[in-house]
Amino acid sequence: MDPYTNPDKPQKKFVHSLYREGSKKRITLLLFLLLLVIATAIISAGIGTVRISPWDTVLSVGHSIAAHLYNFLKSVTPGIIGWYQSVPVPVNPQAELIVIEFRLPRIFLAILTGVCLAMAGCVMQGLLRNPLVSPFTLGLSSAASFGAAFAIAIGPGFFGGLFLSFGDDVFIIIMAFLFGWLTMFLVYGIARLRGMNQSTLILAGVVIGYIFSAGVSALSYFTTNEKLRNLTVWLMGGMWGASWTAVLLLIPITILTFFLLVRMSWDLNALSAGDDVAKNLGINVHRLRLQGLMISTFAASCCLAFTGIIGFIGLMAPHICRMLIGNDHRYLIPSSALAGAAILLISDTVARTIMSPVEIPVGIIMYVIGGVFFIFLIVRARGKGLY
Amino acid sequence: MELIVEGVCKEFDKRRVLDNISFSLSDGKILALVGPNGSGKSTLIKSITLIHEPTTGSITIDGDEVRKIDPIDLATKIGYVPQSFSYTLYSTVFETVLLGRRRYIKWSVSDEELSRVQQSLDALDIGLMAGHFMDQLSGGERQKVFIARALAQDPSLYLFDEPTSALDIRYQIEVMETMRQITWQQRTAMIIAVHDLNLAYRYADTVLVLSQGQMVGYGKPEDILTPECIREVYGVDSFKLENELGKFIIPYRVKETIK
Repeated sequence: MDPYTNPDKPQKKFVHSLYREGSKKRITLLLFLLLLVIATAIISAGIGTVRISPWDTVLSVGHSIAAHLYNFLKSVTPGIIGWYQSVPVPVNPQAELIVIEFRLPRIFLAILTGVCLAMAGCVMQGLLRNPLVSPFTLGLSSAASFGAAFAIAIGPGFFGGLFLSFGDDVFIIIMAFLFGWLTMFLVYGIARLRGMNQSTLILAGVVIGYIFSAGVSALSYFTTNEKLRNLTVWLMGGMWGASWTAVLLLIPITILTFFLLVRMSWDLNALSAGDDVAKNLGINVHRLRLQGLMISTFAASCCLAFTGIIGFIGLMAPHICRMLIGNDHRYLIPSSALAGAAILLISDTVARTIMSPVEIPVGIIMYVIGGVFFIFLIVRARGKGLY
Repeated sequence: MELIVEGVCKEFDKRRVLDNISFSLSDGKILALVGPNGSGKSTLIKSITLIHEPTTGSITIDGDEVRKIDPIDLATKIGYVPQSFSYTLYSTVFETVLLGRRRYIKWSVSDEELSRVQQSLDALDIGLMAGHFMDQLSGGERQKVFIARALAQDPSLYLFDEPTSALDIRYQIEVMETMRQITWQQRTAMIIAVHDLNLAYRYADTVLVLSQGQMVGYGKPEDILTPECIREVYGVDSFKLENELGKFIIPYRVKETIK
């Protein structure tokens, strides 16, 4: 009889209890982050030049939804009456306009950008097995900003009527996005040519990043002053581009890419054992990498197109979560996404209110908040032998 | 389980690293791959599990050509322990071993899979370390975790690429004894690349000697691992030692080139 599966031997359940404890911890973090994002969103919608109480904020959103729903129902069944009048309205008569039209799009954009950049960073780190990888290390940021700078400098007129119907913004977005993908393919292609190992991929990313940075500098050197100002705004990054159009475009993209990336969780877990072992475990490593990089690049560049260059989150949010709950991507991807949303939303709220009415770039706040928290985690983790 | 390797060649950029390798292996048996660094041991092991697909030749397991087996099913037939290993910070011992069950996990992890992990850990006597982080372990303990992961795959063929190289002598013997036992009891086969000729001598049923990608010896350890063979392959003089504990081969100096 096999001692290795001997039924007479009492079954130990140590692994089972460890696994359950781990899952509990992970779900707790997810719930905490979710509540943090919601609470921050409500508070953030209330602060600014006009202060609105959290309750008014909730009422504004509720009333606005009710109004839209009522209008919709009225168009379907004209006979409907009554209930809409009983929906409570906010105490402050301006609240609904300020919250819905000005603050919510910005809050949503911050959340969506945080989610996309953090989950893209998380997946890229997993795919390349390198905690220092992010959309930015792979040359994507420079490429996307070059694409945008190019669009700003040349203007849609350059391509005649082709992009006229989309307007300037969408032209910028498309260019940012095309250059993001182009770079991803270029970096991946170069790395594969050299036999696909971790360092060549990152090296290729950094080098291509430099080339595009040079391109951005060249463009800003040659364009006229007015266009240059646009470029500076873009390169500093921020939530200035917020609008309901942007938000409604980003919501489906975020949800779709989120599910596509989360589906890869177990393969990403297996990839942590190294390429050879992952192959032995039945994973098509090349295909996984290519798909994962494409989807995460898509998610990241979509947001970059609306916000300009936002760094840091794609690198830090996943790293922070990894320190807290370990490396299981089933939990790591969603919690990184929520952590990214929380960091960016808190930073943006501080950035727009701390010196109100003057706004300061969100990056300044984000680097300070995130950086301090990150150092705290490293110091705390030291004692536990994590580092 | 019956593994048949026939006429396998592997080229990297026109450079031939494996030349016409043929051998067979049945269950319960251990085959030791012996040869100097760069002789093609790792490449042969990687060719069998298709990490490097062979350029020509055929490899069959129970009559099925491995190239035609769905990669995800191949994972249930072959368990591989690499020479250089990799793990991620913040992953624990049991999570690392759990990856061996990848084939059976869709999304959530069932109790059965966790029991399987526990068994693999216990088989190598590292059950109590289940919750440790990988980077808290010593090199030898870590190597055992990777072997446990291969056990968790429940394969019919184990491919070990110098699994004992990071282990001290006690671990080496422990691991080899365990693997010997498992191959006998589970009727599985094992191919192991080793540098220690005495491990090959003691635990292997057959030895395959590689030199510059070519087979220079294949057969029972005592017939193959002779001082003449070792002199030819490694350029090292050695002598045989036999006593009541067994047969040993002791390499002692680089061969004298001046006659």
